[in-house]
Amino acid sequence: MIVDRTDLAVLKPFRTGAREPWRISIWHGVALAAALAVAVGVGEAQAQVAAGEPGIVETILKWTPLLAQGFALNIAMSFMAMAIGTVVGVPLGLAQVSLLPPVRTGSWFVTQFFRNSPWLVLLFYCMLLLPFELRIGNTIVPLPGWLKSTIGLSLPVMANVSELVRGAVRSIPFGQWEAADSLAMSRRQTLTMVILPQCVKRMTPPWMNLYAILTVATPLTSVVGVSEAMTLTGDILSSEARTELLVPMYLYLLLWFFIYCYPIARATLALEKRFAVK
Amino acid sequence: MAWTPDRPLVSIKDVHKIFGNLEVLKGITMDVMKREVVCIIGPSGSGKSTLLRCVNALVPIERGSILVEGQEVNDAKLDKLALRRKVGMVFQQYNLFPHKTALENVMMAPVHVLKRDRKEVETQARALIAKVRLTGKEASYPGELSGGQQQRIAIARSLAMNPDVMLFDEVTAALDPETVKGVLVTIRELAEDGMTCMIVTHEMGFAREVANRIYFTDGGVLVEHGPPKEFFAHPRDPRTKQFLDQIL
Repeated sequence: MIVDRTDLAVLKPFRTGAREPWRISIWHGVALAAALAVAVGVGEAQAQVAAGEPGIVETILKWTPLLAQGFALNIAMSFMAMAIGTVVGVPLGLAQVSLLPPVRTGSWFVTQFFRNSPWLVLLFYCMLLLPFELRIGNTIVPLPGWLKSTIGLSLPVMANVSELVRGAVRSIPFGQWEAADSLAMSRRQTLTMVILPQCVKRMTPPWMNLYAILTVATPLTSVVGVSEAMTLTGDILSSEARTELLVPMYLYLLLWFFIYCYPIARATLALEKRFAVK
Repeated sequence: MAWTPDRPLVSIKDVHKIFGNLEVLKGITMDVMKREVVCIIGPSGSGKSTLLRCVNALVPIERGSILVEGQEVNDAKLDKLALRRKVGMVFQQYNLFPHKTALENVMMAPVHVLKRDRKEVETQARALIAKVRLTGKEASYPGELSGGQQQRIAIARSLAMNPDVMLFDEVTAALDPETVKGVLVTIRELAEDGMTCMIVTHEMGFAREVANRIYFTDGGVLVEHGPPKEFFAHPRDPRTKQFLDQIL
């Protein structure tokens, strides 16, 4: 007999009614576009008072190719910093789970140092400490500012990737290690064939998240003088010298970043859901 | 002295294992001959699983000696990988590799550890999967199999290394009751084929049926042992009696 009422203490499945944690959504983009439209409208109204000057939309469009060039540099820097950070961060993370205490401690220290340093401070250090050119034999390799700041940005990325790897390796159930051990697999075989393939899945969403964070952090390099989108926006504004352009131009720049990063955020969310433990 | 089959395949002498300040094994001694099947029973926390893990050096021991085919396990210079090629192990939680299919799970160690020919290993792996009655599940991932099926694949995976002795650590404890039988039948067939087995189990009926010898442990010591008929019919130690009273 099935009874649906009972006096026994039964733990029922429950929902807290809490909404999903705050996530970037398409509505933020719409709000951004709407704000841009309003700003342009207001500016346009002011501009009509000062007749004889080109309209705001016209001005924005005029500067768009230059802005696109700057934005391309932002993306290039984000790609390179992510690549460098990942290539160095993965071995660093593996070193954090090494069986050798000195290796473990050393890599832990490096990771913690760069993970807890402000990105801007690291950028300044890279700009100041790296030479403006490298001499390898007889060839001189110039190190332009954008390259130096890319290296600067890759340092915190490296530390964060290192932590991702360490966390992912630690999250694999201990039984997987025991099973591989009992099959006479070496530690290297266990890592490469059993542990890491399972880590890739777990690491992909947070890794993409890190990339989005890195991309929106690239305008930091404008502080150290790299001619990326943020710097160019400033240059454009000072050459135009029109205050009603300020708000629309910066909103326009925001929109560029949003359009680029929003799909990444969506893809991350989709992957998280797909990889979620059933 | 080289090991010969007339001497114990696994010889455990006065083994002590200490975790922190908890002494889990307090001097265990037992011999397992080739083709012998021993069942180790006892209350939870009596050190049964730890004892098995000491045999294939998953857990180091503090004192005593374990010889596997004459090779000392309690030796800092022990070649653990060589030892583990001879000792297969099956776990309570199966521990299959979730990112690999059943067939790949079975093939992985022979191909990469023993460096055997892939074709040949595949033929053997398919035969082993047939032996555990899972033909047709070769391409399934562990997540798509029931607990009992996963456990049988885990047995096949272990057998693929052609071990000389198999360790079974409460392999049915995590299973749904209806899938237990299939796993026990598989182990019984293995025992009938002459595989040397050390089995930690709570399935008394199974132990009585399959074992040549039953060992009862409690609180890290070996309380008593004997052939199953005698052991279950006439337990001598009061602790054994009490334990059997509780579960039978």
